[in-house]
Amino acid sequence: MRLKYVLSEVMVGLWRNVTMTVAMIITFGVSLTMLGASALMFLQVNAMKDAYYDKIEVSIFLTGEVTDAQRATLDTQLKNDPLVRSFYYESKSQAYEKFKRLFADAPDLVSAVKPDGLPESFRVQLKNPEKFQEVSNKYAGSQGVEEIIDQQKLLSRLFGIVGSVQTLALITASIMAVAALLLVGNTIQVAAYSKRREVAVMKLVGASNWFIQSPFVLEAVFAGLIGALLAFGALLLGKWLLIDGSLKDLTSVLTPVPWKNVLLTLPFMAAVGGVVSAVTAWVTLRFYIRV
Amino acid sequence: MTKTYPKASRPSLDDVSVGIEKGEFVFFIGPSGSGKSSIIKMLLREITPNRGKVVVNGKDVSSMRSWKIPTFRRSIGCVFQDFRLLPNRTAYENVAFALEVIGKTKAVARRVVPEVLELVGLGGKEHRYPHELSGGEQQRVAVARAFVNRPLILLADEPTGNLDPDTSIEIMRLLDRINRTGTTVVMVTHDSNIVNQMRRRVIEIESGRIVRDQPRGVYG
Repeated sequence: MRLKYVLSEVMVGLWRNVTMTVAMIITFGVSLTMLGASALMFLQVNAMKDAYYDKIEVSIFLTGEVTDAQRATLDTQLKNDPLVRSFYYESKSQAYEKFKRLFADAPDLVSAVKPDGLPESFRVQLKNPEKFQEVSNKYAGSQGVEEIIDQQKLLSRLFGIVGSVQTLALITASIMAVAALLLVGNTIQVAAYSKRREVAVMKLVGASNWFIQSPFVLEAVFAGLIGALLAFGALLLGKWLLIDGSLKDLTSVLTPVPWKNVLLTLPFMAAVGGVVSAVTAWVTLRFYIRV
Repeated sequence: MTKTYPKASRPSLDDVSVGIEKGEFVFFIGPSGSGKSSIIKMLLREITPNRGKVVVNGKDVSSMRSWKIPTFRRSIGCVFQDFRLLPNRTAYENVAFALEVIGKTKAVARRVVPEVLELVGLGGKEHRYPHELSGGEQQRVAVARAFVNRPLILLADEPTGNLDPDTSIEIMRLLDRINRTGTTVVMVTHDSNIVNQMRRRVIEIESGRIVRDQPRGVYG
């Protein structure tokens, strides 16, 4: 019976102030969408790191006049290097074959390069791709080495772009969150004012604090949860239209976003929306409804 | 105990010490600003003294933890000059509201509320709204609401301040009847007529000090 009373008070409160309720829901929705999107991007960057680090190679290109002895020394050095997981040797002819394959649709380019025009190289996979600099320093001075190139540099530029999009989303999320908090505070003030007589009587006759406060808090939590649902809808739509839609061709670069991750954002956003609105409402009430 | 409000130049209550027995009927009298209402507020634990203790029913109210206050207030009924009824609820609903918000069921309210409305002399007017009732009748609703939980103590802060003399006397008869059920009644008032007629214990306060405490006093 008390639960029924509290719930009916919540509904009455939401209706009494319906424009404010809608404003709360929308700001919560936008803020949580941004938060959910940046959480997805976070998961995505980690997945991409895992996916790409396995394939990343460090290429040690050799000079044109490298001797057999120098090549053999490098080979043993790499074999005994604890940082190296595996490596293979790529001769000039192998490099040329690969080049022909890669640029098959540009015959002019292929014909301009002579079979021995490409450098031979060691292709090295590291146990920990982050340790590139250490490896590079070790072999850069060795005789017969021309240049050392790390594919990770290209990848880190990609991660940089994803990272800045993520930062932007987080900034938007926090600005919208501030707006949402202010709206919750304001709504609670208005609600507390319009119910001040009831609250005064409740305090007088000894209604418990949770009983007085819970309708107000639940009003805010309701808005937070509906906002989370809206945000979830927006993310589903984004996954459906954007990632699986217009950006589909990029999945070879961006690794696909699994549905599981998108579904995971719902409990995450609902928890954030619910807890943030509840705490804000409760703190506001501390100021407006003194015992 | 002593109570000084922030920004006040002198204490509202200055070293006041008073004991009230169970079942007593006590008037606090004195000019405006003498500190009478502060006593009511302290008994309700709306404010706490700066120094000293307020003990109600064996419990030190002034040091009570805030989460215990609601339960404590259920043992106290309170009536004010301005009635403090909810305008959008009928007499019955106003009284029932006080029961419902402390967790009593509707069935309990249906049994108890008509009984207490009958007791205060409002039988037959249960479904009127406050604006359809006279001042005296509204105050009866307020008394019914204060009494419906059978409190140990009934506090009345100038309950007759807005009422004409005849109506005031009716309300006093009602409070007297409640007092006879064993409820302690503490009443703050300006109304010399009433004090003189009732001939109960009178405590006079002036500038925050007790200047008189008579067992069967008059307004002076």
